Amino acid sequence: MSGADWIVPILLTVITASTPLLFAATGELIAEKAGVLNLGVEGMMLIGAIFGFATASATDSGLLAIVAAALAGGVMALIFAFLTLTMMANQVATGLALTIFGVGFSALLGDDFVGYALEPLPQLEIPGLTAIPVIGPIFFGQDILVYLSFVAIGGVAWFLAKTRPGLILKAVGESHDSAHALGYSVIRIRYLAVIFGGAMAGLGGAYLSLSYTPMWAENMTAGRGWIALALVVFATWRPGRLLLGAYMFGAITILQLHAQGAGFEVPSQVMSMLPYLATILVLVLISRDRTKIRLNAPACIGKVFRPAR
Amino acid sequence: MVRLERRPQHSQLMVYLSPVIAVVLTLVSGLFIFAALGEDPLVSLYTFFVLPISDLYGLTELLVKATPLVLIGVGLALGFRANVWNIGAEGQLTLGAIFAGGLAIYFHESESPLLLLPAMVIAGVIGGMAWAAIPAFFKTRFNANEILTSLMLTYIAILFLSYLVHGPWRDPEGYNFPESRLFPDAALLPLLTEDSRLHLGFVFALLVVAGGWLMLAKALIGFQLRVVGLAPQAARYVGFKQNRLIWFSLLLGGGLAGLAGMAEVSGPIGQLLPSVSPGYGFTAIIVAFLGRLHPLGVLFAGLIMALTYIGGETAQIELGLPAAVTGLFQGILLFFLLGSDLLSTYRVRFGAAVTAKGGTS
Repeated sequence: MSGADWIVPILLTVITASTPLLFAATGELIAEKAGVLNLGVEGMMLIGAIFGFATASATDSGLLAIVAAALAGGVMALIFAFLTLTMMANQVATGLALTIFGVGFSALLGDDFVGYALEPLPQLEIPGLTAIPVIGPIFFGQDILVYLSFVAIGGVAWFLAKTRPGLILKAVGESHDSAHALGYSVIRIRYLAVIFGGAMAGLGGAYLSLSYTPMWAENMTAGRGWIALALVVFATWRPGRLLLGAYMFGAITILQLHAQGAGFEVPSQVMSMLPYLATILVLVLISRDRTKIRLNAPACIGKVFRPAR
Repeated sequence: MVRLERRPQHSQLMVYLSPVIAVVLTLVSGLFIFAALGEDPLVSLYTFFVLPISDLYGLTELLVKATPLVLIGVGLALGFRANVWNIGAEGQLTLGAIFAGGLAIYFHESESPLLLLPAMVIAGVIGGMAWAAIPAFFKTRFNANEILTSLMLTYIAILFLSYLVHGPWRDPEGYNFPESRLFPDAALLPLLTEDSRLHLGFVFALLVVAGGWLMLAKALIGFQLRVVGLAPQAARYVGFKQNRLIWFSLLLGGGLAGLAGMAEVSGPIGQLLPSVSPGYGFTAIIVAFLGRLHPLGVLFAGLIMALTYIGGETAQIELGLPAAVTGLFQGILLFFLLGSDLLSTYRVRFGAAVTAKGGTS
């Protein structure tokens, strides 16, 4: 009983800290599996966050806010897709541009919203189940975006492993020339994958501004988009490990809050460094095994595709 | 029908023309952005891009803002040529500011600029290099992606600076504001002209441009950077050591970013604050691309991007527009640049397909 008193709130906060990472990383996983490296995740998340927040303030509808955030993220990704796939621009540079643009544009749009707070998204309670001690509030007392994040990662895992379009998507990422020769439209598939990635990043951003801290602040993602990119590498492009990684990083993010609450005498800035330090650490640990990375990374990642006639 | 046709060779003309196209298109989008914000587009455009540099003071301010952008941009441009993606220059700048600022705070009773200033320059460069050495080590030793590690280190550097000015380095007489004490006169870079903030750092930037240009044109390492960028396979066959280029690119970029950080705190700022840069390290990425990854181009690009900063400030004061407009313009400019770069490799043809003939134009 006394254990559940502190463990449940901690687990609940871990879930809230992990959800934005899970969304963004799930989307990026699909884009990278199709062979496209989109470094604009941070920018797409910020745009999702502000569009979600602005829509919620204007309409009072959480559902519309979620749709708006996904659309806004998708449109951002469309800009990236147009530049890299149609205009054949460098993916690294374009991704950076997308983030710089997203940071600026979201700050501009959000200028009127600074300082306002919203009601957080309602928790969807399931009669009977939510009342179960410990398990109830954790598994059956979340808001719709948390459930949606599980649907997304589960759906992506199933899509990649079990479906024919999933197989085609992976083929495009592994060898775009072969996929093209087999008659698949590499560019169209990549467009769709990138846009899906943007929509997911938009949802991740919306979770921050609608639920995690239901307000808008400039640069409120604080590097989560970049951590999501690192998570995809950490997961060696596998959905199961991605879920694990997102929750591990969520737990690290939350650790700082609880450590301070528990009275640890560590400067707050040092505690805030933890997620970034952990990201570097896991990147180093995973990347040192070059064979593993080479075997798992989509072979065509970051490469420009120009169909031979 | 509109088609793209691969040019037989890179169009040199288009390589230099595409930044011009990008700037013009950005200005045109500016008209729409200002209209969307409910402002008179032409007046706003004038306020943003012309008014700030219409007097002598404005011009010196342009050079003040261009100084860190050019310093960092040259280093990044050379690294990008070798496909080393150091995007953590903002963190390296911060470490340079911390190292140099630490000296200024520790020796705050010094009255000898001839000793203190050179020591601060060296400390700043070392600070930036040390921060860039971390991704270099992780990349060469453990194959860890330098984009992500250098960026994570930026967040850590900014938090570290915040810790210092909130804690051990806070001004004892500063009424608890998170700021260090003001640097002594001996720790301030001399001004180049009266009645302006233009400081010696701008001369550093010019020297770095000249040095970078010379290195790229004459030195072996400059040649290697160029070859690796243009023909990575060939570079591998000839036996260029990839790891050496990674170390070189990151240390050079980090050292110059550290120097920029030193010049900022020792120049216009004059103390350590929780934030010592409005994102110069990130904007310098755009500067490097806009400058065609060439030191001389970086100088011009640095001036253009500096204008977006002081234009943003002027528009904020004169029109009450949010400062974020600056970031928006910077992002749009890079989009247009990357898009119009297509024209150097491909040409747009109208009409039905014809058999390709190797003509030039």
